[in-house]
Amino acid sequence: MNELRCKVLIIGGGPGGYVAAIRAGELGLDTVLVEDGRFGGTCLHVGCIPSKAIIHAADAAHALADPLALNAIGLTLAAPALDFAKTIAWKDGIVSRLSTGVGALLKKAGVRSLRGRATIVDGKSAIAHADTGDQRIACEHLVIATGSEPLGLAALPFDGEDVLSSTEALALTKVPETLAVVGAGYIGMELGMAFAKLGAKVTIVEALPKILPLYDEELSQPVVRRCADLGIDTLLGARARGFANRTLKIFADGDEQAIPAEKALVAVGRRPRTIGFGLESLDLAMAGPFIRIDDRCATSMRNVWAVGDVTGEPMLAHRAMAQGEMVAEIIAGEKRAFDHRAIPAICFTDPEIVAVGLSPDAARAAHGETLVGLFPFRANGRAMTKQDDEGFVRITARADNHVVLGIHAVGGGVSELSSAFALALEMGARLEDVAGTIHAHPTESEAFHEAALKALGKPLHI
Amino acid sequence: MGARSIRMPDVGEGVAEAEIVEWSVKVGDLVREDQIVASVMTDKATVEIPTPVAGAVVALGGAVGDVLAVGAELIRIEAPGLPDSPPPPPPKGAAKAAAAQALAEPAPPPAPVAEKAHEAPPSAPSAAPLRLVSTAPQRGAPRPAGEKPIASPAVRLKARHAGVDLRFVHGTGPAGRITHDDLEAYIAKPPEAPATAPGRHPNLSAETIKVVGLRRRIAQNMAESSRRVAHFSYVEEVDVTALEDLRAALNVHATEVRPKLTMLPFLMLATVRAVADHPQVNAHYDDDNEVIERFGAVHLGIATQTPVGLMVPVVRHAEVLGLYEAAREMRRVSEAARQGVAAREDLSGSTITLTSLGALGGIASTPVVNRPEVAIVGVNKIVVRPVWRDGGFVPRKMMNLSSSFDHRVIDGHDAATFIQRVRALLEAPATLFIEGNSS
Repeated sequence: MNELRCKVLIIGGGPGGYVAAIRAGELGLDTVLVEDGRFGGTCLHVGCIPSKAIIHAADAAHALADPLALNAIGLTLAAPALDFAKTIAWKDGIVSRLSTGVGALLKKAGVRSLRGRATIVDGKSAIAHADTGDQRIACEHLVIATGSEPLGLAALPFDGEDVLSSTEALALTKVPETLAVVGAGYIGMELGMAFAKLGAKVTIVEALPKILPLYDEELSQPVVRRCADLGIDTLLGARARGFANRTLKIFADGDEQAIPAEKALVAVGRRPRTIGFGLESLDLAMAGPFIRIDDRCATSMRNVWAVGDVTGEPMLAHRAMAQGEMVAEIIAGEKRAFDHRAIPAICFTDPEIVAVGLSPDAARAAHGETLVGLFPFRANGRAMTKQDDEGFVRITARADNHVVLGIHAVGGGVSELSSAFALALEMGARLEDVAGTIHAHPTESEAFHEAALKALGKPLHI
Repeated sequence: MGARSIRMPDVGEGVAEAEIVEWSVKVGDLVREDQIVASVMTDKATVEIPTPVAGAVVALGGAVGDVLAVGAELIRIEAPGLPDSPPPPPPKGAAKAAAAQALAEPAPPPAPVAEKAHEAPPSAPSAAPLRLVSTAPQRGAPRPAGEKPIASPAVRLKARHAGVDLRFVHGTGPAGRITHDDLEAYIAKPPEAPATAPGRHPNLSAETIKVVGLRRRIAQNMAESSRRVAHFSYVEEVDVTALEDLRAALNVHATEVRPKLTMLPFLMLATVRAVADHPQVNAHYDDDNEVIERFGAVHLGIATQTPVGLMVPVVRHAEVLGLYEAAREMRRVSEAARQGVAAREDLSGSTITLTSLGALGGIASTPVVNRPEVAIVGVNKIVVRPVWRDGGFVPRKMMNLSSSFDHRVIDGHDAATFIQRVRALLEAPATLFIEGNSS
């Protein structure tokens, strides 16, 4: 077995790994990327991108199926027909195009890529099990970017047929008539709402007493209301006990109950991929189930780095990309550290939720007295013209110096406001900075401006 | 467009010259009418000089530390729309050489404060752009643990590259935000390594301090006194047990009108009593004219440490003051000196001087005579010492008096008998208050 030598070996071609590879290549480092699937990882193939495609299709279908809203703007249509197989093919086309694009970017950066599963031998070498045979690779720097995978339930093991993870749910070629979603986190809520819009009768089962437990009540309430409008049954404080014969057995209110469901989607979380590729041979220090890293993504072994979901929460593609870029630059000799002030998180439910920085409660706990300004979209002209004035923008700042600590929003399309929110936090903006910025009219972003004005005690439009 | 000369004004009666202690402007600056351009110091006061016209500064009449005669050109200002002022008349009076000094052009950089610290040896002139002044790094404690400094990602990246921990950088932006300028100022002039840095490092810093103003006057006076006066010192110990008992008893009943007393008012009274019998020590020796002038009045100089240096405010006519009046007057003039508000007559005309370092008094000192006076009496600290008395040691409160005299005109015997008289008065404090008591 002849040995391939390189400066940087990256295991995993998801957002963390491929960004690290592109940057490393651009910086002139001899880089090898090993990926056993296609480039883009969970995010591109079975996560962010395909789910957003399905959600878009569901929104489009749902918009045409809402006669009241259509009538209000003077539109009458015959009932639309959905060819879901075509939807999936369209989604796959997007995924394929993006994945090919990543491959081209890697090539352009001079990265050598190998298709195959990798097995770590030690901190300086690994074996890629490719179709063409095993390839031993020796490196100076090893970057672990193996990502995460859906977490299963013992009572409800994935079977790929009826008990599905988000991966299989995004590959369904037919909309199930009834769908039980176990877990009301962002993945379960996003997909549950999308399938409800596509025509499925959806029941959401959550063990905790509220949906979207990572967000505060104020933010999740509009989603709760929309779920009710969509006819979604939400069972809180309920535990799944098993699935058989198109029936999900749950235990709730001291009772066994049966939920009729053609399919069950289990979305109770994700776990880091740390097993099955020789990671244990490095005996790295761990932080719970995750690989422990410092603020430079260095592991406990010198010149072994880890980025992305395998390193912990929040398991978000943009965090992995930022880490990957940074690690490549550090290996190239630059002084960098992961010192970001905020990692925006978005929940693509209906309405969407954006969270950047601290919630009002967390801000109070960390910094004492705070100012909070909330501006509802029902007072925003642009939201009205879009027939979607649910939600608000909420800004939280320190009372003593007005430095913004957190910005949250819920509403249609607010995901695009996340960049403004994140920029404000990274720049250390004060309320006066946001209030002193002219926001274009008529846009939903004006709610951001007004929220800051309100926190300062001088709102204009409310 | 005309050049206007601003002359050194007549800043005080009988003042012929004044020293430039600070320039507020430099050549090329634009000044408004009534803007302060310089501070000058006369014998007793520092005066700020405003400009009567607006315009551009074209020349300064001297550097900080130069002495200019009254009437000499202090500053020249190019004022639009004004005719040239006539050339300055020759300086009045017998001004020193510095007075007639040609205009320095360009003027040397003004020292913004009397003491300017240099990080490096003084060879490198500091040519820091002005804007850096406002963002000079401050040597404060780092921000509290866990509190992240407010700075944009670009500033944070630059700091990372420069190896700077932003927690130590002072931010001048809103809410302490660190700007690019703040970071550059910090990088250009980082603070000294914190005390926690491992190991000891040779300290290569040197500081150049221009001796101007009061410090220069002190230096001149001391050197002149040391050069001219034939000093001799005499140290005697005084048993102040009875005096301390009296003082403690008086202080028990201290009121606002009769505040707590220190040792000094008693010494003032003792000095007044003693000079009545030894008028030769309460005198001025004009050595240029070889004349001794003895005074009936006792104007007591009180050597006083002020923020700017040693000053000698004067308690006038101590011979008419009672104990509390003496204490009150001493406190008034020394406070005025410390706060820089002493009037001219409070700072001149003493006939004999007292000096005390209080608790720092040591066991003996060699005071320098405040010329043209001929005697200075110094007080050392009070200590309890075993004293042999009546066949046994007893604890007594003992204090030394360290005095210096001008041996040209005071003989050792006279000096000794004067100090012995002071000692006798202090050891039997009741005698301080007996009128007409004389040895």
